[in-house]
Amino acid sequence: MSIFHRISNLGPSNNKTNWIFILPSLGLLSLFGLPLLALVFRAAGTDFFTFALSIQALTALRLSLVTSTISVLISIFFGMPLGYILARWQFPAKTIVELFVDLPVVLPPSVAGLALLMAFGRMGVFGKWLSFFGISLPYTTTAVILAQIFVSAPLFVRSARVGFAEIDLRLEQAARVEGGNEVQIFRYIMLPLAWRGLLTGLILAWTRSLGEFGATILFAGNLEGKTQTMPLAIYLGLERSLGVALALSVLLVLVSVLLLGIMRKLEKH
Amino acid sequence: MNAEMWLRIRSVKLINMKQYILFVVIYGIIFAACGKVPTSISMTNTVPPVTETQQGAFQTSKPLIVFGASSLTEVFIEIGKSFEALHPSDKVIFNFAGSQALRSQVQQGAYADVIAFANTREMNTLVTGNLVIKNSATIFLTNQLIVILPEQNPGNINSLADLSNKGVKLILASDAVPVGSYSRQVLSNLNAPFGENYKNKVLANVVSGEDNVKQVVIKILLGEADAGIVYISDAVSAPSLKTIEIPPIYNIVAKYPIAILKETQQPYLAAEFIEFVLSKTGQLILQKWGFSPVNP
Repeated sequence: MSIFHRISNLGPSNNKTNWIFILPSLGLLSLFGLPLLALVFRAAGTDFFTFALSIQALTALRLSLVTSTISVLISIFFGMPLGYILARWQFPAKTIVELFVDLPVVLPPSVAGLALLMAFGRMGVFGKWLSFFGISLPYTTTAVILAQIFVSAPLFVRSARVGFAEIDLRLEQAARVEGGNEVQIFRYIMLPLAWRGLLTGLILAWTRSLGEFGATILFAGNLEGKTQTMPLAIYLGLERSLGVALALSVLLVLVSVLLLGIMRKLEKH
Repeated sequence: MNAEMWLRIRSVKLINMKQYILFVVIYGIIFAACGKVPTSISMTNTVPPVTETQQGAFQTSKPLIVFGASSLTEVFIEIGKSFEALHPSDKVIFNFAGSQALRSQVQQGAYADVIAFANTREMNTLVTGNLVIKNSATIFLTNQLIVILPEQNPGNINSLADLSNKGVKLILASDAVPVGSYSRQVLSNLNAPFGENYKNKVLANVVSGEDNVKQVVIKILLGEADAGIVYISDAVSAPSLKTIEIPPIYNIVAKYPIAILKETQQPYLAAEFIEFVLSKTGQLILQKWGFSPVNP
C-alpha cells in the first residue's frame, strides 16, 4: 500500500508512476534542505550561544522583527485597497499600474536601494523637498522600513489581488442588490472570502522583509541598533568570524520557521 | 481555481508568432551587446582552479587572478594594463573588496594567485592559516588617511574640530575594515589636541559603517552625508571631493602587504606581477594615484 495519497479522492496512487513525481521533487528538496541542515550542523559546532545571545545579535534580531512587522502592517493597510482595485476595477493605464506593482519584485534589491536613494536621499529628486521640511530619510530606521515595503508590498498586493479575483462575482452582485455599499461589501464579503490569498501575501511579505539586504544597505546604511538588520549583521559578521555569521543565520532560520509555522496553523483553522 | 477556469486558460494562446519573434530578437540583441565586455580587465569573484599543462617559460593563456583591497581599485587596474602590455599573452583579472572580505573569501576556498591587502592584520591571518607562500609577503606601498567632504560641503565642515559638532552626518568604514579601524585610531590620536571627548562625539555622529572604503567615497560623492574618512589615494581618485588634511603627527601609516597564495598555479607569473609592482614603473604608477611608494 502506498503512503502517498492524492488530495482528490481518487484513491491511493500507483506506486510505479509515483516516482516520476518523487524523484525531481527530491532533487529540489535536497537543494533546499541540505544547505539548511549543513548550516545548523556547522553552527552547532561553534560557540553558538555566546554568539547568538551577544548584544549585536539580539539588537539586529529585535530591529529585524520590529521593522518587518511595521512594514507588513503598512503593506497590508495600503496593499489591500490596491489589490482590490486591480482585481475588480478596469481603468485606463491599468497595465502601467500593474507594471509598477510587479517591478519592485523582479528588480535586484540593490537597484531598489539605489532608486530609493536617488528619489529620497538628501540630494534626491524628492529628498530635496523633504530636507526643506527637516526630514532626512537615509540612515534612519524609517529608511529600513521603506526599503522593506518597497520590496515586499508588491508580493502582498499580487497575492491579495488573486484572492479577491477568485471570489465569485455573483456573491458581490448579490450584496449590491441587497443594498450594500463598497465599504460594507469589502468588509463583510471580500475580506472573509479572500483570506487565504491575504494570508499567503502576508507570509510572503513578512519573510521577504526579514530577508531584505541590498536595498537596506544602500538606502538605510549599516548602524548597529538603528539600521543593522539581521541580514546585514550576518553579511558583515561573516567577515569578522564564521561563528558569528552562523549563529545569526540559524537565529534567522528559526524565526522564519516559527513565523511560517504559525501562519500554516492559522491557515488550517 | 475550478476545472472550468483551467480549461479556459489552456485554450488561450498565450502569445502569437509575431510577439515570439520580437521577444527572441530583443533577447538576442541584449545578449550580443553583453558579449562586448573587455576580457582583459574584469572583476570576478572566484575562478575554479584549471588544470594547467604549460608553465614557466611558456606563455600561459590562463589569467592571473589578483585579489586587491578596495582602495587599490583604480591603481591596480592601471598597473594591470601596463603589466599586460609587457606580457602580451597574459591577462590579469581583479577582485576588489574590503581586505577582510577578501581574507574571508580565501579562507572559504576562493582561488587567487596574488593578494594585496590594506593592513598586515588580514595578511597575518592567512599566513598563520598556512595559505600564503611564506617568503613572498612584502610591503609594497604605504597610505594615510584624509577627511573628505561633498563638493557643496552641506555640513559646513571647515576643520577637523567641526567633525565633533552635533548633527554632523559622518560615514566611516565598519571597524572590521582596515580603513575603519585606522579611522578610529586616528580619532583616538586626535583626542590629544581636541580633548578627551572628541573621539566619542565624532563616533556619535557616525550614521553608517560601510563594508569597504569605496562605499564611503560613493556616499560622500552622492552628497548623502556630510563627511567621511578615507585614504589619501581615494581622494586623489575622486578629485571633485573637498578634503581636510589630517596632520602627519596624528595620522596613521597604513602598510599594504602583497603576497602569493600557496594555491597558485602560476607562481612565476605571480612573482613577476609583484616584481612589476615593486619596480620603478610600478611605484611611479602608485605615486600617481596618491600612494607612497616603498621604492622611491
